Amino acid sequence: MKLVTAVIKPHKWEEVREALETFGVTGMTVSEVSGYGRQKGHTEVYRGAEYDIALVPKVRIEIVVDEADVEDVVGIVVKTAQTGRIGDGKVWVLPVDSVVRVRTGDRDEAAL
Amino acid sequence: MDTGDTAWVLASAALVLLMTPGLALFYGGMVRAKSVLNMMMMSFGALALISVLWVLYGYSMAFGNDVGGGLTGSPFEFFGLSKLLGTEGIDKGFAATHLVFTIPALAFVAFQAVFAIITVALISGAIADRTRFGPWMVFSGIWATIVYFPVAHWVFAFDGAQSKTGGWIANKLLAIDFAGGTAVHINAGAAGLALALVLGKRVGWKRDPMRPHNLPLVMIGAGLLWFGWFGFNAGSALSANGQAAEVWVTTMVATGAAALGWLLVERIRDGHATSLGAASGVVAGLVAITPSCSSVTPLGAIAVGALAGVLCALAVGLKFKLGFDDSLDVVGVHLVGGLWGTIAVGFFASASTTAGVDGLFYGGGVDQLWRQAVGALAVLTYSFVLTYVIGLAIQKTIGFRLDKEAEVEGIDGVEHAESAYDFATAGGGGRALTSTIAGAPAQADRDRDGARGVNA
Repeated sequence: MKLVTAVIKPHKWEEVREALETFGVTGMTVSEVSGYGRQKGHTEVYRGAEYDIALVPKVRIEIVVDEADVEDVVGIVVKTAQTGRIGDGKVWVLPVDSVVRVRTGDRDEAAL
Repeated sequence: MDTGDTAWVLASAALVLLMTPGLALFYGGMVRAKSVLNMMMMSFGALALISVLWVLYGYSMAFGNDVGGGLTGSPFEFFGLSKLLGTEGIDKGFAATHLVFTIPALAFVAFQAVFAIITVALISGAIADRTRFGPWMVFSGIWATIVYFPVAHWVFAFDGAQSKTGGWIANKLLAIDFAGGTAVHINAGAAGLALALVLGKRVGWKRDPMRPHNLPLVMIGAGLLWFGWFGFNAGSALSANGQAAEVWVTTMVATGAAALGWLLVERIRDGHATSLGAASGVVAGLVAITPSCSSVTPLGAIAVGALAGVLCALAVGLKFKLGFDDSLDVVGVHLVGGLWGTIAVGFFASASTTAGVDGLFYGGGVDQLWRQAVGALAVLTYSFVLTYVIGLAIQKTIGFRLDKEAEVEGIDGVEHAESAYDFATAGGGGRALTSTIAGAPAQADRDRDGARGVNA
């Protein structure tokens, strides 16, 4: 099992979710986060005083998937979230030792 | 007594009272989320304290007969206001022995009270995020007593209106300050500057982004201020008459012009017209038209307002150049706007208005201009010097400024033990102390607390 984490542009989140659902992903954890990469921040001006706001709002998606589906899931996220402009985000994959479904106690693949 | 006048003045007093909660929103939205409650509490604290002081001796100091060679009115003359009560005429449907012009003295008391309150509250914008609440309350009481009440006497006490001898600016200098450009705005602005210097800069000033945490609050606050200001200015006619109507119109149009002026500066200088700029322009225009609303024509009011918007938009940058942390621009908006509006009477006054005086641009020469300048400078100097001394005395005795660690942590939690916003769906990780909420704790709680050794 692998944990796929994707940090993407907020306006792409709906499209990414639809594409993943069509593929068969049944659930995910989503959070609104902020951070920066090469995109850096932006400038805001209040009463003439300029502030450099470093953090940019992003959406973080976390999905635990079966070994066999990893490449497909990563591919779908990258293809759907891509705009080709700076600040599109990142996707990374980590190994997962075990998963338990809280309601039933099912373990690992059965819990996905 | 005139019932129409009385109704208008009482309604105006209520309008002006709402300005202080409006100011609390205007200021509260501009600070960071960790200090919004303290910011609003400084306004509400002034509202509570000054209303009591006003009834006790404040009104008397402002509108009693001269003492101290005209420095102030006698604090004992109307102490507690009992002298102004009366039952005469009660059989004819009204009761008032003492009149100020055509209204009961107590209606005048009410109207002037809310001016004293908001003037004190205005100062708080200069010292956001770092002022201990207790010392702020002490400051408010002392400042009202030795700065505001005397200055209100100079500016608002006309000979014979409430007592025989009134203030020197109103009766001898004959400067025109219709609703308080000097007594309210220059006064509060100079005081704000002095306190910002006494308290020093906030931790991280010029380094951390101290941007407004809630601009919609700022916009609501500016809207309430504008609404209440019709009571402030048009109510100052003390009569439901043509002058009140004239002043209503100049107050509206100067404010609109000032917002346009401010936004234009931003668009040209910074590239964007901002909502904070619109709200600030509104307040700058209101400040500038306050002294001049009865003496300029509607066209003159557009000029006074537009120039106020431009001047104040440029003036708010001064603190960064000169290095004082006037957090919410009490100097840039109220001192600069108040000075401009007071001086503008000398330029833009027209004899065709109810004030009946021509300024420099209307062929009146410099006579009115120097009177305006003397009045403005006198209030500025008096307020700045006394405020600096009061502030320093408080800082050296009971302490005025929050310690740096608490300031970084956030003044709301430290000074008021509250947080403004709770978005945590899991209850913020806390647990209700049931004994204080529901009386006796439930058995289950007692068992659990007992097991943990918690003494709830």
